[in-house]
Amino acid sequence: MPRIIVCLKQAIDVSQLKADPSTRRLITDGVSRKISDFDKNALEEAVRLKEKLGGEVITVTASVEDAKTSIREALAMGADKGYLIIDEALQNSDTLATSTVLAEAVKKTGQFDLILCGEASIDGFSAQVGPRLAELLKIPVITYARKISFEDNIVTVEKVLEDRYETVKTKTPAIVTVTKEINEPRIPSLMAIMKASKKEIVTWRLADIGVLPEKVGETGSGVKIVDVSAPKVERKKVVIEGENPAEIAEKLVKKLIQDGVVGR
Amino acid sequence: MSEHKGVWVFSENYDLMLELLAGGSPLAANCKTELAAVLIGSGVESKADDIIRHGSDKVFVVDNSCLKNFQIDTYLKALTSLITDNKPEIILIGSTKNGKELASRLAARLETGCTPDCSQLTINKEGQLITKRIVYSGNAVVTATYRKKPQIATVPLRTFEKLEPKERSGKIMKVEVEVGEPKLEVVGVNRLEVADVKIEEARIVVCGGRGIEKKEDFKSLEELAQLLGGQVSNTRPLAEDRKWFTGWVGLSGKKIKPTLYIGCGISGMIQHVAGMRDSQIVVALNKDPEAAIFEVADYVIVGDLYEIVPAIVEALKKELKNI
Repeated sequence: MPRIIVCLKQAIDVSQLKADPSTRRLITDGVSRKISDFDKNALEEAVRLKEKLGGEVITVTASVEDAKTSIREALAMGADKGYLIIDEALQNSDTLATSTVLAEAVKKTGQFDLILCGEASIDGFSAQVGPRLAELLKIPVITYARKISFEDNIVTVEKVLEDRYETVKTKTPAIVTVTKEINEPRIPSLMAIMKASKKEIVTWRLADIGVLPEKVGETGSGVKIVDVSAPKVERKKVVIEGENPAEIAEKLVKKLIQDGVVGR
Repeated sequence: MSEHKGVWVFSENYDLMLELLAGGSPLAANCKTELAAVLIGSGVESKADDIIRHGSDKVFVVDNSCLKNFQIDTYLKALTSLITDNKPEIILIGSTKNGKELASRLAARLETGCTPDCSQLTINKEGQLITKRIVYSGNAVVTATYRKKPQIATVPLRTFEKLEPKERSGKIMKVEVEVGEPKLEVVGVNRLEVADVKIEEARIVVCGGRGIEKKEDFKSLEELAQLLGGQVSNTRPLAEDRKWFTGWVGLSGKKIKPTLYIGCGISGMIQHVAGMRDSQIVVALNKDPEAAIFEVADYVIVGDLYEIVPAIVEALKKELKNI
């Protein structure tokens, strides 16, 4: 029976982000955190595999701040046990540092058959942690899964690319990253939420998994953030009005011809 | 760190690799170093001259019958050994889905940083690579640099325009590398629906959103697109919730940058805007005068798309006859 690990990121809830109307600067203070969307798809897929094949689903999260509410939600969705690596030294970690932490945490949780991750996180969207983790653990990885089946230590995946999908298989243990289209994550029932409160969340510090502080945070990262600002919007915002649709349409078409984007 | 030298480009997509040369060329000039391309495959050597004409000073050719088809495991092994032997300071990789996986794993092997989907690349006074990229669903631009070398960045299609090819001299280096065994087995390949592909390459895109009530109503959008020589696309809810289509334009879907984008009945959720914000001219059409899409539009039309779209079709037919 498979033992499946799901990596969960507690991400900024991008749908709650707002820009200050006067400055167009991004307001991130007070924006809620949640399990990154695609990671939720990964968790849902793990739970479905467990429901079919038996076994166990555990989650691993590395975070600077408390992520127990998110992990509790994952347990309510069907995970059996959650691991939280929490340490202030993780501040400003990039994907290099984060994957190092996850790799050591995964090793400490014991044997596994599959690791599922979201294809990318909803805030940073770099799509690196899954593939990097595979390299650190020296196991195969299949990215962009829209369908997963698991049998006799072989995982078979429909991998979605730009213009095609490939059916790909590999031996486990392996990592698979999933797309949003793979499933619709369940909303846990009240019963499931109550049951989840009895499940265990294990909390580790970096020292517990043997990761030195210099391997994470700014010093352990390969990329250094210089600036984060709102993108410049340089649009004309010309309102086109008229007595009737025909007049509006004529005005628009004239503008587009003037701009040289139509009629070439 | 100073032993690293050279700007390298690689993509399994040949056109994208030529675009990367255009992006890498000013970086190499700034760093006073060479621009090199890595060409991997079987029977590919003949392309090396074309790569040089497109701006490369050097081409590393890894020609091996085992590398006929792009396969991340084997290509990664070839790239890693080339990079370990030659120590470039900057590596640009084409941001296809496979390219992003390749770049991430390469960065892991070389224990360095990787910045994905860069829209701008420059060199600072210290000679370091500075990247810009969009995060938070298009709500922020992050400027970043590196703490380690090589500095790896991935660059999407159509970020740079290919240089005009011209006769110039360059070195072709044939390299033998050990080819590893692929860990994955591809047992089948299926094309996705034609309507969903190549939207990134369309010069004009007419995009429909939740304001469109029935799938059949897309006909008028299609007529408009056809008249303009463009293609239609849609937002995520039309694919994911209504199941009318399989693909969409947006953060988690296709990122497009046509010369003209016409959004019909689209509210302008930040996730959708992240997929179309680089369009050259944006026309937005919505009933709701407060629609967020108007904030990122050049031409704002408040009105009923069921009246306005057919009117635009008529107006276009008239005007195009006059040209």
